[in-house]
Amino acid sequence: MFLPEYQNIFTRVQVRTALDPGIEVENGDFERVGAPGVYSWLAGTIGNAQFGPIYLGFLGVASIITFTIGFTIIGFNMLASVNWNPFQFIRLLPWLALEPPAADQGFKLIPALDKGGWYPIAGAFITASVLLWWVRTYNRAKALGLGMHIPWAFAAAIWLYLVLGFIRPMLMGSWSEAVPFGLLPHLDWTTAFSIRYGNLYYNPFHALSIVFLYGSVMLFAMHGATILAVTRYGGERELEQITDRGTATERAALFWRWTMGWNATMESIHRWAWWFAILTPITGGIGILLTGTVVDNWYLWGIKHGIVPPYPNVFPAVVDPSTLPGALP
Amino acid sequence: MAMLSFERKYRVRGGTLIGGDLFDFWVGPYFVGFFGVMGAIFMTVGTFLIFYGAAVATPQVWNPWLINIAPPDLKYGLGMAPLKEGGLWQIITICAIGSFGCWIMREVEIARKLGIGYHVPFAFSIAVFAYVTLVVIRPVLMGAWGHGFPYGIFSHLDWVSNTGYQYLHFHYNPAHMIAVTLFFTTTFALSLHGGLVLSASNPGGGQEVKTPEYEDTYFRDIIGYSIGTLGIHRLGLFLALAAGFWSAVCIVISGPFWNRSWADWWVWWLMLPIWS
Repeated sequence: MFLPEYQNIFTRVQVRTALDPGIEVENGDFERVGAPGVYSWLAGTIGNAQFGPIYLGFLGVASIITFTIGFTIIGFNMLASVNWNPFQFIRLLPWLALEPPAADQGFKLIPALDKGGWYPIAGAFITASVLLWWVRTYNRAKALGLGMHIPWAFAAAIWLYLVLGFIRPMLMGSWSEAVPFGLLPHLDWTTAFSIRYGNLYYNPFHALSIVFLYGSVMLFAMHGATILAVTRYGGERELEQITDRGTATERAALFWRWTMGWNATMESIHRWAWWFAILTPITGGIGILLTGTVVDNWYLWGIKHGIVPPYPNVFPAVVDPSTLPGALP
Repeated sequence: MAMLSFERKYRVRGGTLIGGDLFDFWVGPYFVGFFGVMGAIFMTVGTFLIFYGAAVATPQVWNPWLINIAPPDLKYGLGMAPLKEGGLWQIITICAIGSFGCWIMREVEIARKLGIGYHVPFAFSIAVFAYVTLVVIRPVLMGAWGHGFPYGIFSHLDWVSNTGYQYLHFHYNPAHMIAVTLFFTTTFALSLHGGLVLSASNPGGGQEVKTPEYEDTYFRDIIGYSIGTLGIHRLGLFLALAAGFWSAVCIVISGPFWNRSWADWWVWWLMLPIWS
């Protein structure tokens, strides 16, 4: 019989005891903020019930300030674009953007402010914020004696961000190549980019990036489901299972061995996870960087390398309108 | 016999849903069961038909990037098409769905045999649901098998591209937005989970392996909340399944429920009475 209460979907009994103040570390200057934290029943139904404390420190505060400045510059540029009308600002918000500088500004260090000069300024503040936050992830790992896997993974994401907004525009010699800050406008950029460079689906690094993106989602579904399925044997205590294999790991491993003939281990599944996740932005960044700099048309690149499938000619030939009499050059 | 050192004691009879003990055996590392037999038949027939389709194509195609098994022309509607004009695609689709369904049920039998939860077969069924949405539900709603996607590495990308541009700008499809956001969020969460476990189990520099208290402290220090060892697997599974579910939604609404530009869909927001 199928009994949902044995499937460990939600936490049914929550324990309340002293809040965890966190591991004491010898690193210096700042105290954790919000100690000892608060309980949330809602969060406790899914994961840990405890919120806080948080370590802000100098870098955390600096990161929040620089992000706020960059975010505000973007917001005020959007507000200016609707003539400072607050109602139109909200109404048109999804369509508004801080666009990169116009093409005639090239890759000038400081483009004219009325020709998109706010874009590199906002970008610089947000980049500063992201890099300060990266140092935080590094410092906290160092302070707690953990490996540097999360800072490295974060660096992979920063690579893609810098390629899109800085490195590729620099190589192309124009800020106008950068991605606009805006909800729908950055989607317009994405579509236009694919069309301009002849269908990004034929970019092999785009294909790899999608494979790793979908692969990551598949891996998290497989891993999350496997661990939840063996929580009745304590499977969610992964560090304990890595160092001292128990029946939870054995059953999880055998599930996949019997299903697909092969299995990861409690430790190696996290290596698969980490590599798939970080290769998504790494390969994606390479694909973006090659586009326009090395390859101008990915569809023609695909034709050249014989990867474009042939299709039957089902439609009558179309006349190129530019060859008709009266067409302007 | 490919058996792990601890495997013998887990290889017990029982847990099957169909066939009792008849198919309750292993071949190498694989558990078979009734669904293993049925799944193998579907898989063999389907795979053979893909190769057959490559062999009878004009011109013959053996380059794996170029093999393309296309669905029938729209003129066949929801009827059967001749074998070389989409009939192969129809039979391969039946084999694929049969094979995926058997794989789900075989996972259920293995989970029962091991005494573990049914989370994996449930998760896989969401992926199968997304596939069925693409090749059955949406084509049926639109009245022709020709609306299914072709089976081929680059040909299915052409289909995605062409289908997207039929709605002018697919990124404006609200369900597509949700799905893409979930795909990115899942990958982000996976990097954090994988990275955290590896950083605690591989601290480097001759240091001791860390406990979950260190993992919790790291995330509370950085963002003020640590979801915990149990919660991250619930969150990851939810995000991943939601990504698959919303992918199915974003394509099934395109055509059956909205046949114009997705960019135009947002006009309702601009027309809200609160602006006037």
